[in-house]
Amino acid sequence: MILVVVEHEAGAPDRLSVEALALGRSLAEATGEPLAAVAYGPGSAAIAGALGASGVATLTAIDDPRLAEYAPEALGKAVAQLVERDRPSVVIGTGSERGAEILAHVAARTGLPLAANVTEVRPGDPWGVTRQRWGGSLLEEARLDGPIRLLTVAPHAVKPASAAAPSQVAVEAFAPDLTDRDLRVRITSRVPAEAGVVSLADARVVVGGGRGVGSTEGFAELDELALLLGGTVGVSRVVTSAGWRPHAQQVGQTGTRIAPDLYIACGISGAIQHMVGARSAKAILAINTDRDAPMVTRATYAVIGDLHTILPAIITAVRAAR
Amino acid sequence: MNILVCVKRVPATAGKITLTADDRAIDTRYLGFTVSPHEECAVEEAVRIVEAWGGGTTTVLTLGPEEATDQLREAMAVGIDKAILLGTDGGEWGAVATATAITDAIRTREAADGPFDLILLGNEAADTGDYQVGVRIAVALDRPIVTGVKGLEVGEGTVTARREAPGGGWELYEIPRPAVVTVKEGINLPRYPSVPGRLRARKKEIERVALDPAAAAPSMIRLRVPVEKESAVEILGEGPEAAPRVVEVFRRLGLIA
Ligand SMILES: Cc1cc2nc3c(=O)[nH]c(=O)nc-3n(C[C@H](O)[C@H](O)[C@H](O)COP(=O)(O)OP(=O)(O)OC[C@H]3O[C@@H](n4cnc5c(N)ncnc54)[C@H](O)[C@@H]3O)c2cc1C
Ligand SMILES: Nc1ncnc2c1ncn2[C@@H]1O[C@H](COP(=O)(O)O)[C@@H](O)[C@H]1O
Repeated sequence: MILVVVEHEAGAPDRLSVEALALGRSLAEATGEPLAAVAYGPGSAAIAGALGASGVATLTAIDDPRLAEYAPEALGKAVAQLVERDRPSVVIGTGSERGAEILAHVAARTGLPLAANVTEVRPGDPWGVTRQRWGGSLLEEARLDGPIRLLTVAPHAVKPASAAAPSQVAVEAFAPDLTDRDLRVRITSRVPAEAGVVSLADARVVVGGGRGVGSTEGFAELDELALLLGGTVGVSRVVTSAGWRPHAQQVGQTGTRIAPDLYIACGISGAIQHMVGARSAKAILAINTDRDAPMVTRATYAVIGDLHTILPAIITAVRAAR
Repeated sequence: MNILVCVKRVPATAGKITLTADDRAIDTRYLGFTVSPHEECAVEEAVRIVEAWGGGTTTVLTLGPEEATDQLREAMAVGIDKAILLGTDGGEWGAVATATAITDAIRTREAADGPFDLILLGNEAADTGDYQVGVRIAVALDRPIVTGVKGLEVGEGTVTARREAPGGGWELYEIPRPAVVTVKEGINLPRYPSVPGRLRARKKEIERVALDPAAAAPSMIRLRVPVEKESAVEILGEGPEAAPRVVEVFRRLGLIA
């Protein structure tokens, strides 16, 4: 059995789960084993219909009223119990924060190795995986040992794909053996998101600023251009470490991953840890004094020179063009 | 208030990664070394909590080669009191082996000095990014853990941890102490080490425990730098004179009418 731990919203598996299911199905086809899914939280059983498109044979819905709110330790224990009962050959989680956390708990409880952020799996003796290091700037080929192989899938490394013919999904409820102590870690309250702000991860245009911007005040031109283009400002780590801008605006390995139509990178050199956060940008316009900066050589377009003279000229030209 | 922080020495790669001839390591001949920004924040958080609590001890621990004492001294330069090196021969250690060795060291230390109220780690190591050492340690010690934390309050018997919710906003976890927390950059803005801080750190003692290299159990076969799609950059011009061509690009991309 190939078992995928699925996260869902609005009655269907979320995007990363669909990717995990696509990897699961390719392994099910390669090994001739059935594809199974396990889901948790309210509405789990109701996603069965939507899983047919991914070729899932059985859905196990973790059924415990105490798990209405997310509780990572208890969920890890519940999935570990299911894994011990069914002994799948592979357990696949998403690379989301929750997917990574639950699989880590399963790994810790079962004592099995876990490969995180996998991009490719090669069944065989032994099984091999390709996985991401340095947030994706480096790939590792590794053995994945164990009678039961645990892995999480790197976000957007596997294309979501539908099964040739949708499957009939059998649903089973699974009541895990949990004590109240297992629920000591659970969400106890929430703070809702601020309404109406363009989120960096979803912005269509990101105007990025790095050390070259020089100061907090230096960002005025970037803010203005972002506003003109309906975008938002992103920054490098040098900028957040200096306290010029909050960390919430940092793009990169330890910040946010962006995927805009255009990333306008001003005074940013293009260190690998920054670039992994900007890899999904459809186009990059680099503004930099250094023609040989990695950001410039990796960009789609570039303007060479001082950003503080170039940005005002661009702002004026955009205004005039309207 | 006793806090342990775990940090990992990694090369400070910049614009490009170059591998050694056997493709099994990063060529670090021309590189400096550092720790993950997440771990820098964990160090800062530990120092702040003990300062706010008005007493206690902070300890930094690393599993790595003798040179990793540089990273321990960096942590002591910003206010960490004590340091432990779990010494390796420089070879790579797998995540299971790392967690086991650190757990053993914690047990030994706690048997002598009493429990750590809080164990802080990074959410993921900068290099291997295994996303599991913290959880493995917490489960082995049967302590509650919250991962990916960007806000932390330590109360009398509890810890309240805040992390980003999947769709935006925050989720809060109130858990009993002693606890384990993995931290993400952004939880605080780390201070820079002062000169007197650095001088004090140089004089502090580091406790060394030698590990058996046979326990390392790495699963890596080889490394590979991903191929980048070739992009020939179009230089639009130099200086402010390039502005009209930038506007053309905005138009082509449909950003302005
Ligand atoms: C584990 C780890 C994780 C990291 N995570 C991140 C991360 O998430 N995000 C991140 O950004 N960094 C991250 N970093 C840091 C990263 O390695 C770089 O140090 C950082 O991205 C550099 O920022 P920068 O480009 O602004 O500064 P620099 O590298 O100093 O580059 C400044 C650039 O500005 C140009 N410039 C200067 N003046 C002007 C001017 N007047 N006009 C135009 N151009 C000018 C220069 O030519 C240069 O190219 C991480 C590092 C490590 C080790
Ligand atoms: N060799 C090591 N020495 C000390 N701490 C480590 C080591 N490896 C991992 N850690 C800690 O565990 C966290 C998660 O690492 P990982 O699970 O490998 O991604 C890191 O951010 C560190 O805090």
